Amino acid sequence: MQKILKQRKLMKEHLVLVGNGMAGVRTLEELLKLAPEQYDITVFGAEPYPNYNRIMLSPVLAGEKTIDDIILNDRAWYEENGVILHTGDPVVEIDRVKRKVVAESGLEISYDRLLLATGSDPFIIPVPGSGLPGVIGFRDIADVDAMLEAARTGRKAVVIGGGLLGLEAANGLQRNGMDVTVVHLMDILMERQLDKLAAEMLKTSLEEKGLKFLMGTQTAEVLGEDHVTGLRFVNGEEIEADLVVMAVGIRPSIGLAQKAGLHCDRGVVVDDTMQTYDPRIYAVGECVQHRDQCYGLVAPLFEQARVAANHLAKMGIARYEGSVTSTKLKVTGIDLFSAGEFNEEEGDETLILQDPAQNVYKKLVVKDSRIKGAVMFGDTMDGTWYFQLLREGTDISGFRSTILFGQHDLGDAGHGDEIRVAALSDDAEICGCNGVTKGDIVNAIQTKGLFTLDDVRAHTKASASCGSCTGLVEAILSSTVGEGYDAKPSKKPVCGCSGHSHDDVIAAIAEHELKDMPAVFERLEWKTPDGCATCRPALNYYLLARWPEEYQDDAQSRFINERAHGNIQKDGTYSVVPRMFGGLCTPSDLRAIADVCDKYDVPEMKVTGGQRIDLFGVKKEDLPPMWKDLTDAGFVSGHAYGKAMRTVKTCAGKTWCRFGTQNSTGLGVKLEELTWGSWMPHKFKLAVSGCPRNCAEATIKDFGVVCVESGYELHIGGNGGIKVRVTDLLCKVDTEAEVLEYCGAFTQMYREEAHYLERTAPWVERVGLSYIKQRILEDEVGRKALSERFRVGQEVAQVDPWKARAEGEAAHEFTPLKITA
Amino acid sequence: MSDWKKIAPLGDIPRQGSRVVEVEDGSIAVFRTSDDQVFAVRDACPHQQGPLSQGIVAGHTVTCPLHNWKINLESGEALAPDDGCTNTYAAKVEDGMVYIQL
Repeated sequence: MQKILKQRKLMKEHLVLVGNGMAGVRTLEELLKLAPEQYDITVFGAEPYPNYNRIMLSPVLAGEKTIDDIILNDRAWYEENGVILHTGDPVVEIDRVKRKVVAESGLEISYDRLLLATGSDPFIIPVPGSGLPGVIGFRDIADVDAMLEAARTGRKAVVIGGGLLGLEAANGLQRNGMDVTVVHLMDILMERQLDKLAAEMLKTSLEEKGLKFLMGTQTAEVLGEDHVTGLRFVNGEEIEADLVVMAVGIRPSIGLAQKAGLHCDRGVVVDDTMQTYDPRIYAVGECVQHRDQCYGLVAPLFEQARVAANHLAKMGIARYEGSVTSTKLKVTGIDLFSAGEFNEEEGDETLILQDPAQNVYKKLVVKDSRIKGAVMFGDTMDGTWYFQLLREGTDISGFRSTILFGQHDLGDAGHGDEIRVAALSDDAEICGCNGVTKGDIVNAIQTKGLFTLDDVRAHTKASASCGSCTGLVEAILSSTVGEGYDAKPSKKPVCGCSGHSHDDVIAAIAEHELKDMPAVFERLEWKTPDGCATCRPALNYYLLARWPEEYQDDAQSRFINERAHGNIQKDGTYSVVPRMFGGLCTPSDLRAIADVCDKYDVPEMKVTGGQRIDLFGVKKEDLPPMWKDLTDAGFVSGHAYGKAMRTVKTCAGKTWCRFGTQNSTGLGVKLEELTWGSWMPHKFKLAVSGCPRNCAEATIKDFGVVCVESGYELHIGGNGGIKVRVTDLLCKVDTEAEVLEYCGAFTQMYREEAHYLERTAPWVERVGLSYIKQRILEDEVGRKALSERFRVGQEVAQVDPWKARAEGEAAHEFTPLKITA
Repeated sequence: MSDWKKIAPLGDIPRQGSRVVEVEDGSIAVFRTSDDQVFAVRDACPHQQGPLSQGIVAGHTVTCPLHNWKINLESGEALAPDDGCTNTYAAKVEDGMVYIQL
């Protein structure tokens, strides 16, 4: 046994990582998660430190953090994971024929796979004197040390470059007591991230902090004999300097790759799998050029890391398709955010909010009702939200008039001003569902080394339930570990079992006619044999929705509520809610319910908001006999437990109400008869009001009807839950038959296209009202086809699960086993 | 003291499912995984005593229906980042019958 193990160890392939920085080590972390035993791993780093957080160098320079604070993987991490680390020993040669690397120390290591993550070098302007002592870049810990040393002895510093890095360097030097002048070639600061107005506001704020600026100024020469003493500019003027920081940009560090004959352009050229032109060599990070883009921000690098790890682990399913990036300036007291294409072009629309007194400026560039770019100054709290809307291509027409006021203005559970997380105390509760405080989250992030929203969710449960505090948790994450950490892939996978998004899965099921779960697992290369508790219910739903007549529902892939056809309560008992069509009932209905409650000792009854009666505290084994009594009395399941059609709420109606129009209550009954029994991506509620007074609250339902004298208004996408959303008006129709057809079509479109566990409200916001109108209103043939597909599905779905179980189906679910011998 | 108790034919437990066995001091959940192995654990999640027997089974783990803790059926231990453990009992299949050791 021992021998076999040894042999297997000998047979492991060898992976060498060149570059011990964030992108490379992140790739190792992802790889170790996927295939911990696949490689023996050796890492070479030029710097004498283990992997640290380069984007936090600015706070270190400003004295807000120490180097220990920004170490991401200490040496113990490398040891624990069996990774051999050579620090302070850069690789100087790659021999691709013999497949080995040579380090500066002379060490030679052969590889089966090589991962290049050499990062980038600061660009030093080629002017006379640029090689003098006292002229440095701002790239690594050594540069920070040099700046801190200069601040102790010198007085005047000049930073060349008014971009993100230059301004952070200038701020840090000034905080260390130096007199700092920023020299910038352009007329506006951070021209790649800011428009003119935001740049002006930024410059004013920085001048108030004491920084000086020379705009539109080009350096001609660095002055000095054996150490820098000043600069001369092209216009002939001169300035004194004890330290010059060149922060005019970075260049991918490709010298090593070029020398090895790898194809390079501006960076090392890679394909969508992060492979270079040598199939044994992968590359990630700032040294890479992908689809003609080089990236210098951390979020894209982490996406690349995930893809490279997937291929190194030989799973071969992930693709990197480029990133949209966002930027925040890490200068304490200055809030600035930008993303996407923020300088409007012809045909774009611009939304602007400007409040000079508060020093707030927000600009969104919009095209075809979708955000293309954003610039914010002074109030950046909603930056992550705008960035999400941008990346997901969300149609903003529904909330365009208030979008500049931020997400909380949409009624985000009343967080309101609390949303400024930095000002919150540690005991402030962030996640109301799970009772998680800001302190808990910060503590978990720091002690457990968390990077992503998913990590924080897994460790603290914050935002893991209803999700309404997601924005707050993201804000805490970014304020605790720095910008760009929450590197969400642009397409969110269903779960960790595959890299596929919900849309990919839905499309594959239809396109490849996948009709059961093993077929999906095989076709889409699921990593786990049985899936997990997240993907299985989703797949079960997608298969059921696509193949209603053929797919055999898998009870073991349903949550217990749907398997047991009742809601599990916290003491392990169940609740039973019989359906009351349109909320109508008769004395004999109520008598039957009362009798059932007596017979089975139901401890509590309650009239629900959906106009029916909830019977609480039923023991699981009593469910089938109770259902038998209820079905004998004419009831069917209310599906109060399922991702399914729940209720149709109605008002008093024309028969009794002096304001009533149309036969609203009767229409409610017909709608419930049409839709009951239907499984949905999430719960689905309807309502019919008899007049615009809207007593049935139809405008916060998934599908609401408001009857008026001349017909029926159809409303969609409302929600009265965590985040209240008023419906959008779909259209007005003339007849009941049309109401039923449009309802069937809308419902079916939602069933076929929404993601599992996505209510209609976020779905409508994601795909856009205009798209839904186009499918339901403008395409009559399509609408009728959707409605017909819904009808066909309902023929199978409208089998009362209670009656079936009362008659013995799935009896094993409800009876305990006995010890027989 | 620790005897093998005969429970039921394997076919009485759905694959990727479980059945509950009542014993003197509580309930035991007997699971059958997709590879037809059987596992027995106390039917109480280490978190808030949720009935594990009602959870979704994937591989050799079950996800508690109350708050989604994942429990390893072999060891009874919660998967990271959660922390906790529930009792396990030896279980086996012989001639198509399920036995657990009490």
